Amino acid sequence: MNVLVCISQVPDTTAKIEFTDGNRAFDTTGISFVINPYDEFGLTRAIWLQERQGARITAVTVGDASVEPSLRKALALGADDAIRIDAEPRDSYQVANELAALVEAGKYDLVITGKESIDYNGGAVPGFLAAMLNWPFVNGCIQLEIEGRKASAQREIDGGREVVGFPLPAVIAGQKGLVEERDLKIPSMRGIVMARKKPLTVKEPLGTQAKTQAEGFERPASKSAVTLIDADRLDELIKCLHEEVKVI
Amino acid sequence: MNTVVFAETNSEGKFRKSAAESVSYAKHIAGMAGGRVVAVTFGASEPGDLSRYGADEIANLTDKELTRFSPEIWAQALSEAAQGEVHILPHSNDGASMAPFLALKRDAALVTGAIAYPSAVSPLRVKRNAFSGKGIMEVAVEGERAVLTVMPNSVGKKESGSQSEITEKSMHLDVPKVTVKSQELTQGKVDVKEANVVVSAGRGLKGPENWGMIEELSELLNGATACSKPVSDMGWRPHSEHVGQTGKTIAPDLYIAIGISGAIQHLAGVNGSKNIVVINSDPDAPFFQAADYGIVGDLFKVVPQLIAELKKYHIQNG
Repeated sequence: MNVLVCISQVPDTTAKIEFTDGNRAFDTTGISFVINPYDEFGLTRAIWLQERQGARITAVTVGDASVEPSLRKALALGADDAIRIDAEPRDSYQVANELAALVEAGKYDLVITGKESIDYNGGAVPGFLAAMLNWPFVNGCIQLEIEGRKASAQREIDGGREVVGFPLPAVIAGQKGLVEERDLKIPSMRGIVMARKKPLTVKEPLGTQAKTQAEGFERPASKSAVTLIDADRLDELIKCLHEEVKVI
Repeated sequence: MNTVVFAETNSEGKFRKSAAESVSYAKHIAGMAGGRVVAVTFGASEPGDLSRYGADEIANLTDKELTRFSPEIWAQALSEAAQGEVHILPHSNDGASMAPFLALKRDAALVTGAIAYPSAVSPLRVKRNAFSGKGIMEVAVEGERAVLTVMPNSVGKKESGSQSEITEKSMHLDVPKVTVKSQELTQGKVDVKEANVVVSAGRGLKGPENWGMIEELSELLNGATACSKPVSDMGWRPHSEHVGQTGKTIAPDLYIAIGISGAIQHLAGVNGSKNIVVINSDPDAPFFQAADYGIVGDLFKVVPQLIAELKKYHIQNG
């Protein structure tokens, strides 16, 4: 079984986000980057498939050379090889189209991604990819079992969850539950050394054009000063909830 | 230019709050660009409920294949039921899952997580959520066709009182690639992404056995319950309740944070809330800086007192 794990390199969750170039670009100064948390759940689940069911894992990302540390980390955690598609990611459609070409040229049985990236939050690459490949798609996946060419999974839907079944090949977009936070690993020394010898291939992109364009950024409006209410005068809070917030 | 809306229903065929919001959003676009608003819904029990938000036409699809969620089949149904240049979907689990399929079918650009009305329509320009709430990004669409998913609670609903032409349709749909074997629905609970009021608690609660008062407070406010990341990681509450940068992003009218310190990763997912009340024993908790109202005190005393005050208010005001 060949598993393609799509990862995205994103600012660390503790990062403070600022913009530069007249608010036309994200300011990467002083930002440390990590594998997108949703993708890390997917990568970890893929490593279980490797350890328990002999799967072979390829990690892929779309980006310039600056995203290679995340691919090296994926290799150190257990991916067998890595591919970087050498294009600047501009929107979900473009990224998915580049990934779809890679999948079609290879022999993959399963594509695992995170359900969204925590930088641009499009959440659309996995769906686009499944639609382009015409493969079964499970979004918001919180459990996955593979047996031969058949898979079963659980997904979050509006108002609850579902148990679903589907044949491979398929695209899975994972979130917490696919594995738990405590299942996430940091690379071992041996893993890091091994990773240096594993292949990281740079592929030329198709040159897909994006369908959307980022025009500018801003930071959300900050709150004015907090109104403190005495813990013994909660009737005042009730009054605010009624008169100002108007929820009661 | 026609605008097509996906009006989402719950398992009983009643419209979700997002349906009214999506139709209101489409009506706003029609006000800017002209054209009709066509709402498409699957098995709605009272399709006419959408008329007052400005739908010119409501197409109620009755195919039984549509009773179970399938991103590709729902996108196919929406694409075939109505023709339009712009499609409006809620940025819910189901809406966001089907949006790329629809965009590909319609050869349209996709913008997800819109948080405001478009600033222009031809070509479409709109602000969307980015960096999980730490930033706002304005996006311009290339070309005439667009699929847009709108964050629940971001622009709200607006009545504009028009008459609708209501039609029932059925169509030939493909077989879903994914089979639903079983479903577990959280009956009667308000969805955290759509709720007007969200009552959320963190590690300060000390253990899952103390959530009774959080649920009681949320019920009194007709709200939903949520939690911080550590609480869901420790298994005190289900992952589906986790709000924050790596959980759900929400924007209710009122967010009450109880025993949550307010780390930047948590604030990212909730800072779109219109009003924030923070209850914490630590006066230096960073959350107070992002709050509208703050109560410094022992939550095990404050929350029961707040519940008592709310009950008193409900009795006095019916």
